Amino acid sequence: MHLLEPRPQPSRRMRWLAPLIAVGLTLVTGTLLFLALGKNPLQAFIVFFVQPLSSGYGWSELLVKASPLILIAEGLAIGYRARIYNIGAEGQLIMGALCGGGVAVLTDGMNAHWILPAMVVAGALGGAIWGGLAAWLKTRFNAVETLTTLMLAYIANYILSYMVSGPWRDPGGTNFPQSVMFGDSALFTVLIEGSRVNASVFITAAVVLAFGLYFRNSFVAYQLEVGGQAPDAARYAGFSAKATVWISFLLSGVTAGIAGVGEIAGPVGQLNLNISPGYGYAAIIVAYLGRLNPFGIVWSGFLMALLYLGGEAAQVSLQLPSAITGLFQGMLLFFLLGADAFIDNRLRRSKKAQAAKAAIQPTAAAPTSPAALPHES
Amino acid sequence: MTSAIPPGVPRLELSHISKRYPSVVANDDVSLIVQPGEIHAVLGENGAGKSTLMKVIYGAVHADAGEMQWNGRQVRVANPAEARRLGVGMVFQHFSLFETLSVVENIALVLDEKFDLARLAGRVKEVSERYGLPLDPYRAVHGLSVGERQRVEIVRCLLQNPQLLILDEPTSVLTPQAVLKLFETLKRLASEGVSILYISHKLHEIRALCDTATVMRSGRVTGIADPREETDASLARMMIGRELPVCHTEPYTGDAATVLTVNQLTLASDDPFGTALKDISFDVRAGEIVGIAGISGNGQAELLAALSGEHTVAPDRVVMASQPVGHLDAGQRRDHGLAVVPEERLGRGAVPGMPLWGNAILTAHRQGLRRYGLLRFGAARDFARRCIERFDVRCGGVEAAARSLSGGNLQKFIVGREIMQAPKVMVVAQPTWGVDVGASAFLRQTLIDLSRTGVGIVVVSEELDELFEICDRIAVLAQGKLSAAVPKAQTNAEQIGLQMAGLKMAGAHQDTETAHASA
Repeated sequence: MHLLEPRPQPSRRMRWLAPLIAVGLTLVTGTLLFLALGKNPLQAFIVFFVQPLSSGYGWSELLVKASPLILIAEGLAIGYRARIYNIGAEGQLIMGALCGGGVAVLTDGMNAHWILPAMVVAGALGGAIWGGLAAWLKTRFNAVETLTTLMLAYIANYILSYMVSGPWRDPGGTNFPQSVMFGDSALFTVLIEGSRVNASVFITAAVVLAFGLYFRNSFVAYQLEVGGQAPDAARYAGFSAKATVWISFLLSGVTAGIAGVGEIAGPVGQLNLNISPGYGYAAIIVAYLGRLNPFGIVWSGFLMALLYLGGEAAQVSLQLPSAITGLFQGMLLFFLLGADAFIDNRLRRSKKAQAAKAAIQPTAAAPTSPAALPHES
Repeated sequence: MTSAIPPGVPRLELSHISKRYPSVVANDDVSLIVQPGEIHAVLGENGAGKSTLMKVIYGAVHADAGEMQWNGRQVRVANPAEARRLGVGMVFQHFSLFETLSVVENIALVLDEKFDLARLAGRVKEVSERYGLPLDPYRAVHGLSVGERQRVEIVRCLLQNPQLLILDEPTSVLTPQAVLKLFETLKRLASEGVSILYISHKLHEIRALCDTATVMRSGRVTGIADPREETDASLARMMIGRELPVCHTEPYTGDAATVLTVNQLTLASDDPFGTALKDISFDVRAGEIVGIAGISGNGQAELLAALSGEHTVAPDRVVMASQPVGHLDAGQRRDHGLAVVPEERLGRGAVPGMPLWGNAILTAHRQGLRRYGLLRFGAARDFARRCIERFDVRCGGVEAAARSLSGGNLQKFIVGREIMQAPKVMVVAQPTWGVDVGASAFLRQTLIDLSRTGVGIVVVSEELDELFEICDRIAVLAQGKLSAAVPKAQTNAEQIGLQMAGLKMAGAHQDTETAHASA
């Protein structure tokens, strides 16, 4: 009747195996895809996964792309643990960039040390406001966050578009929808000569450490998780459901907003319509692939960054369309969600010995329990 | 409701039925014979395999081994629809009715054939009256009492002319009076040749109603008896393998200060189908257990939410040790010494996917399980370990997920977690619901012992026997109104039953007034 049956105990092994299975299946499907496109799969994979890392510059680009992905995913994971599905980090990133970039535009020509810190703070605020808007809609009107955050992302994009086409358009920019190029006081210091790696990676590193060493073990995180896994239990224990929503959205808004500033004050260097190649959306996959674990996210962030680089290389070397990046991201998420079903379930088997063995299997579970999937949304 | 079957052929014969689940053998070589017109009890504790066996007969579960003969013919029942076609009807313990639809609409939903609603309503009325189950076909289900809902389920089965009617714990939600009425109906059906399989763990009911009893323990048949010739003790031995445990109660000698007072609490329900509380007043003194009897759905959920703080009210509506706490939320009330054991264990009392030490933190974080905003994992594991030892929780250790525990063991863990926080007032809902006899006795004794250390306890339960066993005073919550709490020596099951049906509510308030004056 049913192919799956629930496990008595969530499988910890499967929790970490699932991403590997997903990556494996993505590679297999990718092979078939390359064959269908008439490309040599081996060569395609070399282009995709090896070539980008064959130079020092490639590695630096990996870091440039991984940093914002990791930063955003860290914030998102906190909400996802509480089963609050903020899928509009892209909007929070854009609003962060817009607010941070606003500081840069308005101080254009000035030279002061406070400009960059002010941009970071403004970006954090912008992201927090955009996330807070969804939190307010959810707590006040019980509006489903998957819809509101996504719609707010579109709105953010239009506001950006208006600002760079109108008020903040570069007067000397021959009518392109972009702001002035930022001055040095509004840019992060480049760390490695000749690369685009800049000081914003320190922010990411600090956030990873703060979330991984402190927040993950905090009572607040525990409350969020109870609220996500069993809302009635949270109510029974007296944990506030509203606080859960606000904390989740504000934290992910802040991280996404700062990531936005990291882009405009880093590789992009101005406000324009291409400040993010969908980092806010890709970070959703990064968060789940990293098992919503602050350190796991670091690994998945680099993997996703590699997919971005590989996708670019494939466009150049193999003349594949740019959709190839999105395709690989999508396959990865698809297979991950499928594999994740086996964390809480297993295939039905009639062998009783197997069952009896599985019934009492001591596991060293982390304070945080299995990653939930947004399948109910 | 009879058919042309040669005499002497059993209605139903199960031979050597076995059914295994991943972690448990639910049925192990079970055989059972039911004659036409026989009321046959299947007796056993929770988890003995009764429900699985019934689901096998009803086609909801497929046996791994064994066969089933129906009126002398071997059958394999693929699904419940096929079982119904054979003539098997089943009334489940938890009803499956649509609240917003009328009685006749609910019945029409399960019929396989085409129907005309008006004619069906006529048949519903006719059948319900013939068997003493009066029902208005056009009433919406949400307005029906639990007993009436059960009638809908029974009538729904009867309309399909069953030859075998299975009832799973049918009396757990009925007042003593409604139980007697149900028995009359069942005896009448049996006299017309309908066989009845009656699943229960209530010995006195089985002795009053049934012709034969098949007793099960841990998935096996441990005896077949004529319950009219057995005693409760002899049936219990077959059912649990030893004597029924009895609780010991000692008088409380300490200071009996009032520790919890509820003052004229009136509260509308958040749930459109819930029950509003109307002017509820009672108090609890240190060292006593106050029982709140009544059938769920009469304001129990609402009262529990108001007591626990999940639903806040005006400050002086709920007073703990002369401090108004009505406006405080669940966490703040716990800071004042309240402990709560909710009715739902998984999902409310415990987070299903979290290990036991994580579930210890849920309410016991006040006991030094957190410091500087960080969790103290070692302390939490230690707390859980002590709870497991002291309350004899059978589990795979502190890392076991809450959902891997049986209902009784999880309940022991939750009760233990709350008791270990040294509460001044404890509110317990359905303490032994779904818990086996041995664990039930342990939990009851635990609550009695706790009260005798000076804790005031409120127990909300549907089980009258349980309330009479452990409580010092008993009140009845019916239709959102609470009767006066009466010392249990001054009342009996019949009186309480009448109040549960909402028939005798007068005098409720004078008594509480005097109680306040003396407090």
